Amino acid sequence: MTMNTHGRPTAPGEAAITNSDTFTGNRALQIEEALLFEIGRHDVTGVDFDEPEAFTPRLGKLARKAPIDLPGLSEPEAVRHYVRLSQKNYSIDSGLYPLGSCTMKHNPRLNEKMARLPGLGDIHPLQPLSTVPGAVELMSELGRWLLEMTGMTSVALSPKAGAHGELCGMMAIKAAIAAKGEPRDIVLVPESAHGTNPATAALIGFKVVTVPARADGTVDPEAVKALLSPQVAAIMLTNPNTCGLFERDVVEIAAAVHEAGAYFYCDGANFNAIVGKAKVGELGVDAMHINLHKTFSTPHGGGGPGAGPVVFSERLAAFAPLPFIRIEAEGPVLVESDTELKPGETPFGRMVAFHGQMGMFVRALSYMLSHGGDGLRQASEDAVLNANYVRVGLRDLMSQPSGDRTCMHEVLFDDHFLDGTGVTTLDFAKAMIDEGYHPMTMYFPLVVHGAMLIEPTESESKASLDLFVATLRDLVMKAKSGDTAMFHEAPRFAPRRRLDETKAARSPKLKWEKPQPWSEAAE
Amino acid sequence: MRFLPHSEADRGAMLAKIGVASIDELFADIPARLRVKGLDLPSVAGEMSVERTLGRMAAKNVPASSVPFFVGAGAYKHHVPASVDHLIQRSEFLTSYTPYQPEITQGTLQVLFEFQTQVANLTGMEVANASMYDGSTATAEAVLMAHRVTKRKKAVLAGGLHPHYRAVVETTSAMAGDAVVALPPDPTATEDILAAIDGETSCVVVQSPSFYGHLIDLAPIAQKAHSVGALLVAVFTEAMSLGLVEPPGAQGADIVVGEGQSIGNPLTFGGPYVGLFATRQKFVRQMPGRLCGETVDAEGRRGFVLTLSTREQHIRRDKATSNICTNSGLCALAFTIHMTLLGEKGLGRVARINHANAVELAEMLVEVPGVALLNDSFFNEFTLRLPKDAAEVVEALAARGILAGVPVSRLEPGRPELANLLVVASTEVNTVEDRTTFAAALQEVLA
Repeated sequence: MTMNTHGRPTAPGEAAITNSDTFTGNRALQIEEALLFEIGRHDVTGVDFDEPEAFTPRLGKLARKAPIDLPGLSEPEAVRHYVRLSQKNYSIDSGLYPLGSCTMKHNPRLNEKMARLPGLGDIHPLQPLSTVPGAVELMSELGRWLLEMTGMTSVALSPKAGAHGELCGMMAIKAAIAAKGEPRDIVLVPESAHGTNPATAALIGFKVVTVPARADGTVDPEAVKALLSPQVAAIMLTNPNTCGLFERDVVEIAAAVHEAGAYFYCDGANFNAIVGKAKVGELGVDAMHINLHKTFSTPHGGGGPGAGPVVFSERLAAFAPLPFIRIEAEGPVLVESDTELKPGETPFGRMVAFHGQMGMFVRALSYMLSHGGDGLRQASEDAVLNANYVRVGLRDLMSQPSGDRTCMHEVLFDDHFLDGTGVTTLDFAKAMIDEGYHPMTMYFPLVVHGAMLIEPTESESKASLDLFVATLRDLVMKAKSGDTAMFHEAPRFAPRRRLDETKAARSPKLKWEKPQPWSEAAE
Repeated sequence: MRFLPHSEADRGAMLAKIGVASIDELFADIPARLRVKGLDLPSVAGEMSVERTLGRMAAKNVPASSVPFFVGAGAYKHHVPASVDHLIQRSEFLTSYTPYQPEITQGTLQVLFEFQTQVANLTGMEVANASMYDGSTATAEAVLMAHRVTKRKKAVLAGGLHPHYRAVVETTSAMAGDAVVALPPDPTATEDILAAIDGETSCVVVQSPSFYGHLIDLAPIAQKAHSVGALLVAVFTEAMSLGLVEPPGAQGADIVVGEGQSIGNPLTFGGPYVGLFATRQKFVRQMPGRLCGETVDAEGRRGFVLTLSTREQHIRRDKATSNICTNSGLCALAFTIHMTLLGEKGLGRVARINHANAVELAEMLVEVPGVALLNDSFFNEFTLRLPKDAAEVVEALAARGILAGVPVSRLEPGRPELANLLVVASTEVNTVEDRTTFAAALQEVLA
């Protein structure tokens, strides 16, 4: 089946450019949808506005001269276009989405409803603060919850995503070091870290030194101690780590780092495993970002938006960036500029325009209020329960790099169980698609060969997990029995077969261009 | 807890299968003395209760739609068609992840390809990425990119740049050890940007329409920048302006960044928004952020994938072009759907209505005794000099139920010479009655 991508015949008898099973490229409910630029027209609009009455423009000589080239669709056409596109996506609402370290959990629609209350969704960041006390109260309340869950001292709400939160935390560390006048320019990052960690440190001028991992993927305090020196600014550690394990020696590592005069940045990507179970402030963490979308269910939306508030220990609290919420006798106050600071407040600057991802704050607080403190703790417990349930369901067939031990909210397998089968981790993942599952995280963390990181989350029922485990067991047995053709062909039942990523990178085509006319293309 | 599927019996059966006696055994790696006993937080709450709590907070705020509303300065109140919000809430868009598995995320990927094309066309550039966090962080990334391209580390920021954008660039650059020359605020559009550009300049960052609403002729700035080997980074905070104003690409910009909130996205107190980022083809491998590209599948059918990931943090780690590992997917989707509904025809028309409303409002407000308009040219936003402190005037008008604009002192608090300046925006949502009410009330407040 090939889609007619190069324009449709405009006269009877004219042939389409490609051969299709069907003329439209559609097969019943397997719908092909052309690009907007192929179906839209420049004289069509899906909004009704009248031309303004005659007036004298004040654009100087900068009025637009050439057309933009933006085709439009009527409302029904646009609705159909985007509904059809949506139908080509897998989503957590349609099935299990076991992406480790990404955390795809149920997105309650109550959160969406709350974010759309006019008093929260339809307010401007720069309207007088006297007209938005409820917004400031909401930010203050969100901060209070985050501080209580982490046992930390201050919070920066404004970072726009997890990686942006990392940047915020490391900027605070850099500012604290500068305030002390110390020449520290090295950041220690474990091998198993998210790629964002070294990228963040490098972005603001730190040299990155890699901490080797132990066989089980955890960080050895002795390895850290061997690298500590007066040049070291900080360590960036993910806990629970990307191998799905709690760093047992975290307190010892923190103490050594502090002893050396450095700071402890914790990547909070996996905070959802320990809410209500451990407070990072008590582990010795100085700064940690919290991915609101991972731990508090704000939707991923195909890549974002995220939100990455950062909590700080007392050692870094004063360096939290603008804006921040200050609690005063009459209530919370939004501090927006240097001119409003009190003695002891030394923010390192501003990371974003306005105040951060308010829409995500509302969703996260809605989720927190719904659970309550006890429910959040239960959610962490169920996430860990589910990951271990999957682990024991598969451990006899799949290989665990960390050995047979309990994991946190995600379980890590490697690809040794596929040795000699001719099936790769990628093949295995694509075969999962044909079984109706989104694949797990693959090839991460890098410390493990052919990593497969499964995070079922607390949203999955026992029945759902039983079916998932049974499906994976079936796939493993097929691979081991030599029934491998379907792995190499997978996915067969998706909107697309395997896509050529090499071609995409070798000759990047990042924008739609009008195809050549037939007469020229033929030459 | 309504979001958690397990019954106690399920939990017991699962623990038994795992072979532990209690859930706490699964947390054995957390040292016992560090185990949290409980959180000082309220208990589980049903939907009604949550709605009441958040509803009470929401009710304390004044929504933009409920009053005559003229607040802009980087975020704009526009009408968003109902179908936009409906479509972005479809499960398959709302609850999907970053499209790492292209075969089952063609919906998101095709949307990103359409978004990139729309943004490139709108800005007059050759390529655009699949969105950034917002306009301010996109501007900071543009400066870092200019430093990679030119191998220089001194950015010149024009005085018409949004003060928050300036602050974000300054913070990032200071941390990265780079230099920034920020020209003083430019409320009258008379600064000499050309004089600030020299042989060490990596890029000059110019916003048009500026923070004060002025349209800036970018062509001579581009020419001067290019003559010394520097880049022009053009910034906009009002995407709607590109429906009517000459695009930065046609004026010689090398990188165009801006805020896309105006198209499809609500105000939401400042976020989440959608950063637009476009550049020339030759710089594409220095671009930060996600890119979607066209390719074919195993059967030769057209499809889309995330591409050029060798620039990115998950492959290059500390050598990556940026630490960004996400985009504003859902906000970009809203942008794309709204843009599709508008089309060339609708965008131009809405832009003209914005401009017409602003021209009419400016003409009304300058009739108020003591009020001066600082702009010769503008799109939908302009700056007034008032005979008294603008923040006080805004408060007095807010007390009368009018949200009149942004006093410059809100963003430039340390500069008394700007204390009487008011930035006023007027979009298609304003009515004649709104404008008349504003003008009359301003006259009373100033009397």
